[in-house]
Amino acid sequence: MKEWTFIAILLIVSAMLPTVPIMGGRLLGPRKPNEQKSSTYECGVETVGDTWVQFKVQYYIFALVFLVFDIELVFLYPWAVAYNRLPLFGVIAGVVFIITLAEALIYAWRKGALEWL
Amino acid sequence: MNLPTLESINLAASLPVLILAGWACLLTAIDLFISPERKHWTAWLAVLGLLASGVALGFEAVAYSQRGAVSAFGDMAVVDGFALFLQGVFLLSAFLGILLALNYLPRHNIERGEYYTLLLFTTSGMMLMAMAADLIVVFLALELLSLPLYVLSGFAHPRLDSEEAAMKYFLLGAFASGFLVYGIALTYGGAGTTLLSGVVEALVGGGPAPNPVLAIVGMGLILVGLGFKVAAVPFHMWTPDVYQGAPTPVTAFMSVGAKAGGFAALLRVFLIAFPATGDTWGVVIAIIAALTMILGNVVAISQSNVKRMLAYSSIAHAGYVLVAVAAARYPEVEPLAVSAAVFYLLTYAVTNLGAFAIVIALERDDGTGVEVEDFAGLAKTRPWLAIAMTLFMLSLTGIPPSAGMVGKFFVFQAAVQASVGDPLILTVTIIGVLTSVISAFYYLRIPVMMYFRDGEGQANVQPALGVALALTALATFLLGVVPAPFLQMARHALLTLAG
Amino acid sequence: MDGLFSIVPLIILAPFTGVLINVFFGRKLMPRRDSVAPGVIASSMAGFSFLIAVLMFFALLANPAGAEVPVLTWINVGDGDFTLHIPWTLKVDTLSSVMMLVVTGVGTLIHIYAIGYMHGDIDEKAASRGLEGEEALDFKRRRYARFFAFFNLFLGSMLVLVTANNYLMMFVGWELVGLCSYLLIGFWFDSPEKNEAGQIIGVLNSSAGRKAFVVNRVGDFGMLLAIMLIFWSFGTLEFDDVFARAECMIEAPQAECLTLSAAELAPQGEGEAAAEEHGEGEARALTTPIALGPFAPTLGVVVTAITLLLLLGATGKSAQIPLFVWLPDAMAGPTPVSALIHAATMVTAGIYMITRSNVLYAMAPVSGMVVAVIGGATAFVAASIAVAQFDIKRVLAYSTISQLGFMIAAVGLGGYIAGIFHLATHAFFKALLFLGSGSVIHGMEHGHHHAHGQGEHHDAPHGEDERPFDPQDMRQMGGLRKHMPVTTWVYIIGALALAGIPPLAGFWSKDEILLDASLNSTLVYILLTVAAFFTAFYMGRQVFMVFYGSERTEAARHAQESPPVMTIPLIVLAGLSVVGGLINLPVGGLHPLGRWLEESVANAHIASFNILVATISTVLALVAIGLSYLLYGRKPLEEGEADPLYSTGPVFTFLNRKWYWDELYAAIFVRPYNRLGDFLANAVDWQFWHDFVHDRIIADAFQGWAAILSRPIDLGIVDGAVNGVAQLVESTSRSLRRVQTGYVRNYALAVLMGVVAILAYLAIRFLV
Repeated sequence: MKEWTFIAILLIVSAMLPTVPIMGGRLLGPRKPNEQKSSTYECGVETVGDTWVQFKVQYYIFALVFLVFDIELVFLYPWAVAYNRLPLFGVIAGVVFIITLAEALIYAWRKGALEWL
Repeated sequence: MNLPTLESINLAASLPVLILAGWACLLTAIDLFISPERKHWTAWLAVLGLLASGVALGFEAVAYSQRGAVSAFGDMAVVDGFALFLQGVFLLSAFLGILLALNYLPRHNIERGEYYTLLLFTTSGMMLMAMAADLIVVFLALELLSLPLYVLSGFAHPRLDSEEAAMKYFLLGAFASGFLVYGIALTYGGAGTTLLSGVVEALVGGGPAPNPVLAIVGMGLILVGLGFKVAAVPFHMWTPDVYQGAPTPVTAFMSVGAKAGGFAALLRVFLIAFPATGDTWGVVIAIIAALTMILGNVVAISQSNVKRMLAYSSIAHAGYVLVAVAAARYPEVEPLAVSAAVFYLLTYAVTNLGAFAIVIALERDDGTGVEVEDFAGLAKTRPWLAIAMTLFMLSLTGIPPSAGMVGKFFVFQAAVQASVGDPLILTVTIIGVLTSVISAFYYLRIPVMMYFRDGEGQANVQPALGVALALTALATFLLGVVPAPFLQMARHALLTLAG
Repeated sequence: MDGLFSIVPLIILAPFTGVLINVFFGRKLMPRRDSVAPGVIASSMAGFSFLIAVLMFFALLANPAGAEVPVLTWINVGDGDFTLHIPWTLKVDTLSSVMMLVVTGVGTLIHIYAIGYMHGDIDEKAASRGLEGEEALDFKRRRYARFFAFFNLFLGSMLVLVTANNYLMMFVGWELVGLCSYLLIGFWFDSPEKNEAGQIIGVLNSSAGRKAFVVNRVGDFGMLLAIMLIFWSFGTLEFDDVFARAECMIEAPQAECLTLSAAELAPQGEGEAAAEEHGEGEARALTTPIALGPFAPTLGVVVTAITLLLLLGATGKSAQIPLFVWLPDAMAGPTPVSALIHAATMVTAGIYMITRSNVLYAMAPVSGMVVAVIGGATAFVAASIAVAQFDIKRVLAYSTISQLGFMIAAVGLGGYIAGIFHLATHAFFKALLFLGSGSVIHGMEHGHHHAHGQGEHHDAPHGEDERPFDPQDMRQMGGLRKHMPVTTWVYIIGALALAGIPPLAGFWSKDEILLDASLNSTLVYILLTVAAFFTAFYMGRQVFMVFYGSERTEAARHAQESPPVMTIPLIVLAGLSVVGGLINLPVGGLHPLGRWLEESVANAHIASFNILVATISTVLALVAIGLSYLLYGRKPLEEGEADPLYSTGPVFTFLNRKWYWDELYAAIFVRPYNRLGDFLANAVDWQFWHDFVHDRIIADAFQGWAAILSRPIDLGIVDGAVNGVAQLVESTSRSLRRVQTGYVRNYALAVLMGVVAILAYLAIRFLV
């Protein structure tokens, strides 16, 4: 049961990590709203145009390209943790993995998937 | 912590697959730098990869004949006669698939290098499937096999029926993959391992044997996932639409490769992992086989489109192989049934690829010309083509002197042996024989059309297609006339437990 | 006497207390504009630390082996084959004691000096901003307290660095002093130095701070890598254990040595024996394999890598080639900062660190040679640049770089005693020179105001308009000897000490370095000797330009001597510069510092005095001073007259532009980096991230979803459910029409029925 306790603690801590600062900021911070502060946050840029616009399917292509990195991360993390104990083969396997994903990215790039039409 | 070592991975044994997969990766990158007018270079480079893989396979076969089966990737894959034989079939199919496409793609203005690289990817998936000795590897191979095929089905984009085919195939394929994964998960839950050799222990009663019921439900779902791939009733419904919509070379390759890949997994998983529950799945598969043969052959009669007809024919042929699978559950019949199944797959591969080659020759640039009527009068305009088509049709029906006859004979022989004391198998065997008679109706309609109807049969045989035709026709004929050497090889195509 | 060691934490505690007091109460402690309470508090804290340092010195006299005083356990994680235990333990030995004495001693004097200097400086800045009355007072309160808080923070951080007993704690101090350096360089972050014409003169203070910070990051990167490599190879970061294990690995395999701890070794015998034995067999190949993941380089390779990476750290902090470019710009900070941080103490951290790691350097002769050559080259290059500068502080800045080069060269050649000796004497006379220059600047500013108070611009009858007033420009000085006698005399003492004229402090320490160089490497010896020649020349040039001849501006004519709070520390430092050489006087085999350091520096060796080397360097220094007299002293520069060195044309320009070093970095690093930054900002962030991801993907996706989800619901609530549902169905079917023929779901249904049938069969079979 012990290992599950750690998972429970992890869940609790991971839930607290975002909520505590947000709640803390809300409870402790002074609030003096003005028009500027209350406006929608858009990376420091004024919002432009109508909010009702069509949504492009190319989003998925980008999401897929993003997936390349995502998967890379998911797999490389345990790899990196165990790196010290890996035999040379493990290192090579990791490198091959990265190269393979890099090739996928290059392919997508070269095929123009990164261009927004 | 048990880390894999080079010895346990046994790269040499997996070399054919690794070469092909690696070359596919490389070729994807190389293709980026080949100009659109020179995409045939990609094709020849792909053929080069197939050749290299074939050479490696040859060495493996020689080694196998000396030292027997070996396992690779720490028992997750096994190189035995079964795997080697089917890998050969896959390489051959892929080679023919490239030949069929070489002229077809530019003619239809859909020539892109990805065709060849995707073909290599799916072929490596099939080859991995033949080696898979672990359910995870089965799933991996299945996805590696399927995903490129989804894309290839839609390769004639922006032709709508091609896109539709791809979408349907993808949606239903994902659906079926879901069942497969679920089945694998349940099996793991029931047996505590995904290794086929481990599952068998768990079910036989050795080991901790946690929960056999879970594993049996898992087995049922795995059957669904693989049944979809081989287009067995009732998981077949995607087949006609996809075969008709997909570009013809893709259809040809898919009907052969994907089906054989599915059977490779079906045979190995059920015979290695679930022999203990053979009486259960034997019944299910026998019933499915009967339904498949009946439905495929009956519905094919009413088709006027040749591609669609060949699609139903492909369903029907899956039924015949399933008969062999059902028969293989009896240990004393197993070697015969397994070699019958793989030999049948070989004969079906060469025959069906040949038949599709003829369809490609007749198909016009706009995708029409594949109705049965379009064959009228072909005997006069293209006599050699007509002879070849007749040979293929005979082979598909199972009439001598053709490969199909030998294959069917072999399967029925195994089935009859198994039917001793098993009325269900006997019934299914009889259904099989009857439906092959029915199939003569629609297969032979084409020779009749070619020889006895007047018409302006048009065909366009370009060099690569001609080579493919010649090869398949020759193989179909030879396998029918002198099948002995190949039978000998098929006899060696035995399943081995990993290790 | 050993119990005395346990009070050593107070040495760090005191300055940090000063920080807290000045941060929280500093402003309240200044009721009037001439209040000095924050400065007095900070200075007394520094003085208290000095007292502790002296006590430690006496404790060490009684027990030279020193002690390690645990304060707390900082990091303690892991078990089995991976443990990381980092205590915060203060190491008191003879080496750290020397550093403590120098840091606190010179630091206290400079703190006292700053009490007076910052008064004038802040008033000056307040006036230049047009602040008056209450505003000016508030401004002064903030800045005065802040300055001393930072100053004390620096002192405490530096003590953290020198008392650390492991590399990580040292790194903490290393970073803390870097932070203080940054904060103090940019002390006037909000005011670029401007003249009346509104032109920015010198470097923007904040960008000078940033430059220092960024350049130091490069070095810190090497330092961090070195620390990781040390931990990986030796399994510990504590100095003594690292060295013990490293020496153990020369003979035994890595695994056997990993549990070794210095405490287990005999306190004296074995360590020394190993060191001596090692001294004999220099050429021994260190072939023990060290496991680093999948690789197993030999011990020699690992140690060389570690020491080279440490060297990279040292080149950052101690301003050596290639990372010295930040130090001249750092002179934008107030003069006490330049004196304390950027001359006397912080910049010597690199020398201290290398000396501390002497065991590792002894094992890596290649690294030692690299260190020496870098030091020698830096000494030469910086000295040559200093010859052609006009800014009084800039000359001293390059001089500092050059002198640091001497020390680095010394420690690179194994002359650890010479390096530390020069470190100490240099701290005296360079602090003196900087504070002297601060006094000069102070006087010039005073004179400038005085002149302006009497009449507008009557000091600039002709030709002066093109050259706006700059209190640091030596061309605008001249003749200050008449107005600032004390400053003049102490400055001349400092200059002579720096030039290496016997019997002043600089002569002894520099001579020892030259001696080490002459024994070990001719190349380094030549570089250092030429650098020493330049040193004497530029100091002569500076003294003659600043203090002799006639006044070249009104400001110089009205310059005033600084108040005693500034001149008294100067006099003390001047005294130290005169007698500082005594601490390691080579006469009669005395070498007190050498004997002292031998206790803690395993590879220290004492060089005997060599009359030839000493004579050569003295003669060269005298010749250089004579040369400067010929050029600047015999016929002093007149108002508006050009420097005689201009006659050397391109050579002068080359030196004046600092060998175009900044331009080189701009071309190699800064501009490509800016272009990359442009690319990242404009292309990646703006075009891709903002325009594309945000505007298109996120915004469009959000709006798309919102359109699908909320519009029907909205309309449904407002206009009636029927409308909304119909619209939803219609839009869905429209979007799916192309692929949805209605069959797929039938197919899927068929599959599902098959599944149900199979499962039903299985269920019947096994459950019924």
